[in-house]
Amino acid sequence: MAADDIYILGIYMTKFGKHTDKDVVDLASEAVLAALKDAGVTMKDMGIMAAGCLMGQGSIGQMIQKQVGQTGIPVYNVANACATGATALRTAIMAVKAGECDMGLAVGVEKLAGVGLLGGGGRPKTDGNKWSPAGRFGAVAPTDGRIGTDTMPGTFAQVGMEYGHKYGGATFELFARISEKNHFHSTLNPLAAYSKAMSVEEIMGDIMISYPNTRPMCSANCDGAAAAVVVSGTKLKTLSLEQQRRAIKVSASILTSDPYQEACQVLPDVNTLTRIAAKQAYEKAGVSPQDLNLIELHDCFATAELVHYDNLMLCPEGGAVDFFNSGATWRTGSSPVNVSGGLESKGHPIAATGIANIWEVCHHLRGEAGPRQIEGAKVGLAHVIGLGSACGIHILEKSAL
Amino acid sequence: MPTQIPHVNYLVLGDRPHLVANECLSCKARFFDRRNACANCSGTEFKTVDIGTSGIVRSFTIVTFAAPGVPVPFVAAIIDCEGTSVRGNIVNADPTPEKITLGMKVRLVTTSLGSDDDGVEAIGFGFEPA
Repeated sequence: MAADDIYILGIYMTKFGKHTDKDVVDLASEAVLAALKDAGVTMKDMGIMAAGCLMGQGSIGQMIQKQVGQTGIPVYNVANACATGATALRTAIMAVKAGECDMGLAVGVEKLAGVGLLGGGGRPKTDGNKWSPAGRFGAVAPTDGRIGTDTMPGTFAQVGMEYGHKYGGATFELFARISEKNHFHSTLNPLAAYSKAMSVEEIMGDIMISYPNTRPMCSANCDGAAAAVVVSGTKLKTLSLEQQRRAIKVSASILTSDPYQEACQVLPDVNTLTRIAAKQAYEKAGVSPQDLNLIELHDCFATAELVHYDNLMLCPEGGAVDFFNSGATWRTGSSPVNVSGGLESKGHPIAATGIANIWEVCHHLRGEAGPRQIEGAKVGLAHVIGLGSACGIHILEKSAL
Repeated sequence: MPTQIPHVNYLVLGDRPHLVANECLSCKARFFDRRNACANCSGTEFKTVDIGTSGIVRSFTIVTFAAPGVPVPFVAAIIDCEGTSVRGNIVNADPTPEKITLGMKVRLVTTSLGSDDDGVEAIGFGFEPA
């Protein structure tokens, strides 16, 4: 292990689902204390903390410290849409990489069970009964529903349909089969919010939210938290052999935002920033997409999973439909994608997601994934997209010990 | 006192309703809203340009579940209007996957949003099959 390498020393995710008896601070504290225990260290060893809770208060980090240890270390409260967790992790990694400290903590938490549809609506219709222009478009009435859609299921439906327009083959049934895969995978994950297999017929026949996304093809709003402890290579060498053996190398930690594209003002471009992040990550880690033993990618909707096969270069450009049809992305395939069940069944407590997907990859690389273990997993990739947009990609490798 | 007002300021009413955009003088990137500087090249000078009123459907979704107060179903789409991407609803067509197809030709039409207490009618836009 090189001195300037960064490792995940400990990591944990709570059960995702409905936690009626716990608030966000309880959930985050559970994740932090368990991640510290998993790492074999305490709050006193942490030199920095980065925390995110997108729908919550700005000072979530300090609120968690009150429950787990107020040690006076710098806290960075971060927000980056659905990439908040990955951003928190990257913040801790940057601090350790910069030499400010040798260990850092990242945590993401959200309570979303029962919140329903995300996005859309806009300002309510005024009761003054007089049209008056407002906002950057000088709109006299809300635009959501009149000039396209602001909802997340609708936005990502268009992302998938656009891929179909460009390359063909992206049918309602194809997207439903992607969802079938993830729901099947979830049956092996006891921490998933939903762990029930669903047939293509059941998925296609369920409530339509925004064609072609039916309800089971949408990420599940739920409660959950995840936390990770990162350590420098230099510090890791001083720790026990058991800690060194279970440590997971962060071979690449990349964060990008969306560069200008002609159409990005009318449909967020989730492709270009993912492709750029993936390219940087593969170069940094010195691995190719074909080297990956498992991939956790941001299937906020079934329509999104398809385009990310292409964006992460798991398949040739334009070849995502054929790639999925080959069976490659099932857990038995050559590029297992979302063996956790993905956001569609594991759930998507927004700020927790970008650390929980890393937990999933680490779990396999440590050989601790039980019945859903991808045998012999050595390298994995975790990807998140936050609309607006931010893309986080981490490539992780099994310890050489 | 005008009798009509556009839903958004980039819709121009009159005999030939059409959309307009702010085009960057240096790189020709187009924006429907005002920009402090160009998102593509950081240029700060813009001119108003007309957007073509015909196009093809590059992507769409049929929204059946929306925020409270938004009538469903409706078809939200991304239209390629002669090289400029436009967001809008597809109107005057059944909102079903049988009737709405990728690559379909459409043209801009106006729709009424109703009148306010002063009798001013708000006019919106959509795209109908051409």
